Amino acid sequence: MQFSILLNQDIGLTKPNRHYMNTHQVHFTLNGEPVQVSIEPWTTLLDYLRYHQKLTGTKKGCDHGQCGACTVLVDGNSVNSCLCLLVSLNGKEITTIEGLGTPDNLSSAQQIFIEEDAYQCGYCTPGQICSSIAMRNRGEIHSEADLKDWMSGNLCRCAAYKNITKAARRIYEES
Amino acid sequence: MKPFEYIRLSKDDLATGTIPVDSTFLAGGTNLVDLMKYGVEEPNSIADVGNLPYNQIEESTPGLMLGALVTNADTAYHPTVKNKYPLLNKAILSAASAQLRNRATNGGNLLQRTRCYYFYDTAMPCNKREPGSGCAAVNGFNRIHAILGTSASCIATHPSDMCVALAALEAKVHVLRNGDSLVIPFDQLHRLPGNQPEKDHNLAPGDLITHIELPEEGFSGNFEYLKIRDRESYAFALVSVAACLKLSEGRIADIRVALGGVAHKPWKLKEVEQEYIGKAANPELFQSLAEKLTRGAQGFGTNDFKIPLVKRAIVRALTNALNPV
Repeated sequence: MQFSILLNQDIGLTKPNRHYMNTHQVHFTLNGEPVQVSIEPWTTLLDYLRYHQKLTGTKKGCDHGQCGACTVLVDGNSVNSCLCLLVSLNGKEITTIEGLGTPDNLSSAQQIFIEEDAYQCGYCTPGQICSSIAMRNRGEIHSEADLKDWMSGNLCRCAAYKNITKAARRIYEES
Repeated sequence: MKPFEYIRLSKDDLATGTIPVDSTFLAGGTNLVDLMKYGVEEPNSIADVGNLPYNQIEESTPGLMLGALVTNADTAYHPTVKNKYPLLNKAILSAASAQLRNRATNGGNLLQRTRCYYFYDTAMPCNKREPGSGCAAVNGFNRIHAILGTSASCIATHPSDMCVALAALEAKVHVLRNGDSLVIPFDQLHRLPGNQPEKDHNLAPGDLITHIELPEEGFSGNFEYLKIRDRESYAFALVSVAACLKLSEGRIADIRVALGGVAHKPWKLKEVEQEYIGKAANPELFQSLAEKLTRGAQGFGTNDFKIPLVKRAIVRALTNALNPV
């Protein structure tokens, strides 16, 4: 397999080359740290986080934007990282569950999920927390129905929804 | 995912007219990347339009210009959209999940592909995915499929909620073609399948949607977006109705009814709407309109229920529009 970097960094344009697989430079902020990498354009943000950065807090569930386990924050908005090509996130600010807090210093959102017992197996929890924070960032929840709709993009196969929505409500109102 | 060439377009490319005609455009990617993972879409070349200058919502005279790269969420929550075009706000927020709305763009929403099961399943025949291979849906499990404007080749539906609202509002689509701007009435953007179901729309290769223009009238006084689906959230419409009324002393001064989930494009018949101008607005009248709007509807077995369902949904949506919540 042959790779070649075709990017002209000064103007941000690539020169099409149909004979070689190629990598492209992309720069972004990951959990507060500036990152610049050369990456194959078909690499999703999810695969980059898990396999390149070893940030395995972000989970792979369906890999098709249906389960929400891979939810991370891009510029403060929740997105399905499995459907984002990393190469298209030039200049963005990416935050994963690892960027929110540490085991010794949890973020308020993580602490609220513990206090509300808002998980069982925990697989969906990083995505649930990122969705809750994005919901707070957006500030457009006017009813319980709005909250449930916002959180409906995160499936929980343990069906811990009652406490998840309770925690999400607290994150929205308190933090 | 099959490897592809990647080109990141900049506004310099717009100035020099070097937009590639043989590349597939990438914006949010929420539909395209998914289809590429399934092997339904296998582009050789992708042109990323994400850095092009179409990421603003601008007040225009008259109306509002929605940049093609503005996300569905930013559009729905824009103050002018919420206040002046609440139908569009409601339609967008009824669609997908928060994560998808945060990433998916307005231009991409217009060009998303059908969610027909057989289109997604590359082991099955599908004239839309592979012209000439046949349609597995006609005699298959077609619960989500079309009842209006179908052909022997294809009974797929257009999956968008946003487009149903835009059809009702009679928006216009601004397109860049060979360096020139082109304005397309919304009802002429998408097409019925006929014998070329592989074509969802009337755009040519290389055509780039830049803006969606909302007209001055937003029908904020009397509107409804009624979406009926298998679960309360995060599901495509079985049927949906975008209804707008302009009333004058209880009589209809203007009426718009667009249907989702029933055809290859948002279903709207201007000539039927015109027949109801000047008439007293009441459920009996709406029943008559529902019959005319769905004339010729044909079920294919498991979607037969959609015919009475969509008629009832039309009456309910228009009745709700008389007194919107």
